[in-house]
Amino acid sequence: MSSYDIFFSMLTLTLIYSTPILVAALGGLLSERSGVVNIALEGLMMVGGFVGATVTVLLEPYIAGALTPWIGALAGMIFGMLFSTIHAYVSINLKADQVISGTAINLLAGGLTIYFAQIIFNQQRTETFRYGFIKTTVPVLSDIPILGPIFFENIYTTVFVGIVLVVAVWFFVYKTPFGMRLRATGENPQAVASMGISVLKMRYFGVLSSGALAGLAGAIMVLTQDTQYTGISIHGTGFIALASLIFGKWNPWGVLGASTFFAFSQVFALYANNFAWTQGLPLEFFKALPYIFTIVALVVFSGKAVGPKAAGEIYDVGKR
Amino acid sequence: MRKWIDYITDEKRFSVMVPIIAVLGAFLFGTIIMLITGTNPLDAFKAIIRATTGMNLERIGTDKFFNPRLIGEFLTAVMPIALTGLSVAFAFRTGLFNIGAEGQLIVGAMAATVTSIIVKLPALIHLPLVILSAIVAGGLWGLIPGFLKAKFRVHEVVVTIMMNYAALYMSNYVLQQLPGSDSVKTVPSHASGTLQSEFLSNLTNGSRLHWGFILVILAIITFWFIIEKTTFGYELRAVGFNKEGARYAGMKVDRNVMLSMGIAGAFAGLAGAMISVGTFNYGRVISATEGYGFDGIAVALLGGNTAWGTVFGGLLFGGLKSSQALMQSNRVPLEIAMIISSLMVLFVAMQYGIKELLKHIRKSSQAKGDK
Repeated sequence: MSSYDIFFSMLTLTLIYSTPILVAALGGLLSERSGVVNIALEGLMMVGGFVGATVTVLLEPYIAGALTPWIGALAGMIFGMLFSTIHAYVSINLKADQVISGTAINLLAGGLTIYFAQIIFNQQRTETFRYGFIKTTVPVLSDIPILGPIFFENIYTTVFVGIVLVVAVWFFVYKTPFGMRLRATGENPQAVASMGISVLKMRYFGVLSSGALAGLAGAIMVLTQDTQYTGISIHGTGFIALASLIFGKWNPWGVLGASTFFAFSQVFALYANNFAWTQGLPLEFFKALPYIFTIVALVVFSGKAVGPKAAGEIYDVGKR
Repeated sequence: MRKWIDYITDEKRFSVMVPIIAVLGAFLFGTIIMLITGTNPLDAFKAIIRATTGMNLERIGTDKFFNPRLIGEFLTAVMPIALTGLSVAFAFRTGLFNIGAEGQLIVGAMAATVTSIIVKLPALIHLPLVILSAIVAGGLWGLIPGFLKAKFRVHEVVVTIMMNYAALYMSNYVLQQLPGSDSVKTVPSHASGTLQSEFLSNLTNGSRLHWGFILVILAIITFWFIIEKTTFGYELRAVGFNKEGARYAGMKVDRNVMLSMGIAGAFAGLAGAMISVGTFNYGRVISATEGYGFDGIAVALLGGNTAWGTVFGGLLFGGLKSSQALMQSNRVPLEIAMIISSLMVLFVAMQYGIKELLKHIRKSSQAKGDK
């Protein structure tokens, strides 16, 4: 491969790797904009990934190959949403510390997914699926110079799902009355309540949609980057999504940029052996790099990063 | 009955009742999950009893009934968990959430292994040096997020999570660079640099019990002393209660945040030594984090972030952890232990709801009594 080809395939792979981060971070955006910190993205992704893989494995013998991963992804999305009702109930109705509740959900998801893998498959992982999402090349568009090979050659359709979701979330949050109310709930819930809008319902909407998106993200991740769900399939991607949210300043376009950046650092680790100037460095260094980049990015942009004012705060009706 | 309800629902006893209800609730839900999925909960409970008391209920009356080795293994499992519990609890007292105990533990374990393998000294100097290196390494790893929080206002939760992964890969690299290491483990440490004890092992029928328990007891006393008995501890708690108030009172909030994370890291670093030069006598190259940090969070929350609560929580979670192997051989998926411990965290998070429920029960029982 020429260095051009390597560069193009690195960019394509970056898009593929960024999709789960992006989709989960968009979920986190909806939750935090409504005022509920959602550190449970990681666990919700595990649920989505496990359900996505399991449904795909179980349906494969009966349904045509190309359709099964889509059904799996949808199932992951639904179960992610169902699982997030725990976070919603505990942190909205029972006024729990949202970070602790989220941590509990992460732990619970890690245990439950493997537990059910043992029940269903008699092993600590799901069985391998034969048909995950399959890479496609879009006709005509892939012939465009430069952009074609990056965006439209050997790429998963799920990448486009991610980009559509960015536009959809942006439009929803900034251009619709409902989205503006959602944002207001995360800034000043008392003011929203004074307008006769239910803070409780807005926050439920935020958390549940974040559950759905994180579930979808987990399913996409397992069905594109893996051949089965294991306990380390998600390996911190939910937390990187959380960092993308902060780094992207709680804005869909910012999140798109941040998740692409983090994905690129992951891809860079995979390709490090191809460059003369990085060959001498240990493999572990590149594995650790995305996480180190995350810390550096947070430090560099920390001063300006201001989240929704009321995020993480327990809603107190009597507060002014 | 009425008296009994009054006793349980008394607000004075909430700090004890809430953890008890959390534990019972978690076991109840865990049992329900097992029943739904066709696993026999009794097999799980038998495994827990056997792992914590050494008594095999299926072998009553035979010479296989009691095995002290299991008690030794149980206590060995408690040590690192109690220490990561102290680590998380210490940071919590200053209003900081240390999700990074896992990484601090890994770095501490790595430092202890390195010092115990490449240095050769008489045990009297070598062992303290090994332990100290673990404490210092964990402390420094904790100091970084503390510094970033104090200087740049970066939230410690995300930073500590990222540092867990960084610690894992760094440790794996360093351990493999030691002379004689292969891709899974290092060579055995010098005996002078480990906590292992033939005496304790023989006492418990060949378990891996080691001298670390003395250090755990010292750590618990140190925690209690710093937090409850010193001006420094008072300041840390003041920062935890009300940062701005503490600042107004002239306390150095930023310095306290950094030190608190550093000390929390030191506790976790010591926990690392419990594993790498206690339970094992070699360094291990691991593919993923092992959940000690998250156990620590559960222990701290359940114990109300106090020194003595951590003892209680440590015993409980150590028991769950050490019964996993027996569960699996009893045909119970070992993850049920993890599910039960995460449910405990969830229930502790719900304490507002539990307290409201208790108040409600008290009110309605009193209303009945008045009629």
